[in-house]
Amino acid sequence: MQPVLKASSIVKTFTEPAPFQVLKGIDFEVRRGEFLSIVGKSGCGKSTLLYILSTMDTAYEGRLEMNGSLLTGLSQNRLAQFRNAHLGFVFQFHYLLPEFSALHNVMLPALKLGRYSHSEVEERAMDKLRKVDMAEHALKNASRLSGGQQQRVAIARALINDPAIIMGDEPTGNLDKNNTQRVIGIFRELASEFGQTIIAVTHDPDFAESGDRIIEMTDGLITGERILQS
Amino acid sequence: MNLRLAFQIARTHLLAKKKQTLVAMLGVTFGISMFIVMISFMTGVNDFLFDIAIDGSPHVRLYNPVESSQPSPARKLYDSSHTVMVSGKRPKNELPRIKNGLKIAAEIAKMPGVTGVLPQAVSQVFFNNGPVQLPVTIVGTDADKEIQMYGLDKKMESGNIQDMKTGDDALLVGSGLAEKMNIRGGDRFSVTTPEGGIFMLKVAGTFSTGVGAIDDTRAYADLKTVQKLLNKNPDYITDIHIRLNDKEAATALRDQLTETYGYKAEDWKEANAALLAGESIRYFMTAVISLTLLIVAGFGIYNIMNMNIINKMRDIAILKATGFEGRDVVAIFLLQALLIGFFGGLLGLFIGFFFSYLISLAPFPAGGIFKVDTFPVNFKTLFYLAGLWFGMVTTLFAGYFPSRKAARIDPVEIIRG
Repeated sequence: MQPVLKASSIVKTFTEPAPFQVLKGIDFEVRRGEFLSIVGKSGCGKSTLLYILSTMDTAYEGRLEMNGSLLTGLSQNRLAQFRNAHLGFVFQFHYLLPEFSALHNVMLPALKLGRYSHSEVEERAMDKLRKVDMAEHALKNASRLSGGQQQRVAIARALINDPAIIMGDEPTGNLDKNNTQRVIGIFRELASEFGQTIIAVTHDPDFAESGDRIIEMTDGLITGERILQS
Repeated sequence: MNLRLAFQIARTHLLAKKKQTLVAMLGVTFGISMFIVMISFMTGVNDFLFDIAIDGSPHVRLYNPVESSQPSPARKLYDSSHTVMVSGKRPKNELPRIKNGLKIAAEIAKMPGVTGVLPQAVSQVFFNNGPVQLPVTIVGTDADKEIQMYGLDKKMESGNIQDMKTGDDALLVGSGLAEKMNIRGGDRFSVTTPEGGIFMLKVAGTFSTGVGAIDDTRAYADLKTVQKLLNKNPDYITDIHIRLNDKEAATALRDQLTETYGYKAEDWKEANAALLAGESIRYFMTAVISLTLLIVAGFGIYNIMNMNIINKMRDIAILKATGFEGRDVVAIFLLQALLIGFFGGLLGLFIGFFFSYLISLAPFPAGGIFKVDTFPVNFKTLFYLAGLWFGMVTTLFAGYFPSRKAARIDPVEIIRG
């Protein structure tokens, strides 16, 4: 079966303050439905890799394919459209739009995609909020939610367009123990019950151990891989 | 992209920070309200002065000033290769009359574009007010033509203009003059002419033109009355007033008349040069001040939009991460700027109208030169449309560059911190 993501010979060089190769040649594939964590010490390049995979960073050498399409070399606008339809992001900081309600935050990417009517989008957004147990706070303004609540809304937003891949950059990095457990639980459920592909960079061993596979990076190269028994 | 979605996002942003939005609006509001007040007021004043000039003046006036500017006879003997210097030149004992005045008037009446010709006999006389003598300009004219060309009947304060025609001693007196002499309809008083004759005249009525210089020094009488007063024959004419179809043709006619008849002619622009001189200066000032205010307002908006966008960099990064394109971001922020311009402008129109209205109620201290009670103010839809349009164009420019900058933000930089 075709992998949902394929990265070939990814090399990235920073030029400031001096030329420095942060990624020295990354090759790997991700299967559909896989829950993958990327771990490594600070500075190993794992976040840099994630942002290249996110299509937001286009300054790299190598080849990136997702969902059967070649993404390397596409224009910013085309990549934005791809992201809108096929990717969802969860960041370390919640990055909800503070002037909008939780519900509206979740709806925005779908309104942009324009595939469903406004009321259909609203229904689907409520559905995603239920999945992350935030339905009762739907109409609350995003700035009034606690950290853990905001992160769950962010996960619902990442899910709104039924993306092929959810990408996370330290999704539990800013959460306390309780909320971390909750978020791990949600990701676990998305992967096992709904077959959602998840790629996350993390420092949290509990998070990494709840997935299907762990890739370890050191100094810009993949130096280890572990398949986990569920 | 759906403009409606961009509009909803823009609107949510603006409403979330009401105070900041209001401050941005106020810049535009101030600029536009000042523009409205200034242009309404300036054009009001200009139109008012122009109307006075036009109302009271003939388009062209033919007359014979007694001057020494006639070329000396010596000049006729020696051509321009000679230098002629004559000292102590005095004017001949000429009358300030237009020879064959009535005939000339009839000829002019037949010229194309001429709608009215009024021959007058004008002279300085003294009104005798007890021992005091008041200098007065007495205008011998035709009542019906004065009505037709200058609407003198509408300026009557008392008495009937037609009474000017009855008897050979009836006089219409300016309101200021009547006050000074303490006379009114029916009174008799004596008049001394330049030749030294003394006559009794009767006040048939008083008039008021609104121009103090006229109301204090002028009297009208029938042409024959004045000719008799001056001991001249019925052919004695000193001025010919001409009204035209097209007032812009006045200057050409003026030159033509001087060439044809040799007498001095003056068009309405010359006659009112002082009044009209300020007009272009006032328009220029209005334009410069309004433009400056709008540009300053524009800078204000530019600054606020820039600040806005710096504060919103994280939001922009998120929008881009979730799939909004560069042009969507431009649309969102440009719409914000335009909304500020539109509502700020609308508010400016209201405030501008309010102050224009207040000004139109304020007493106008014209110092007795012009009789007008309140400031003249023009209320024209065009001003309001232009004001709103300028406001929106300013905000469009002010918002465009920050919006484009916003669109180029690199989400990775922002998110990774």
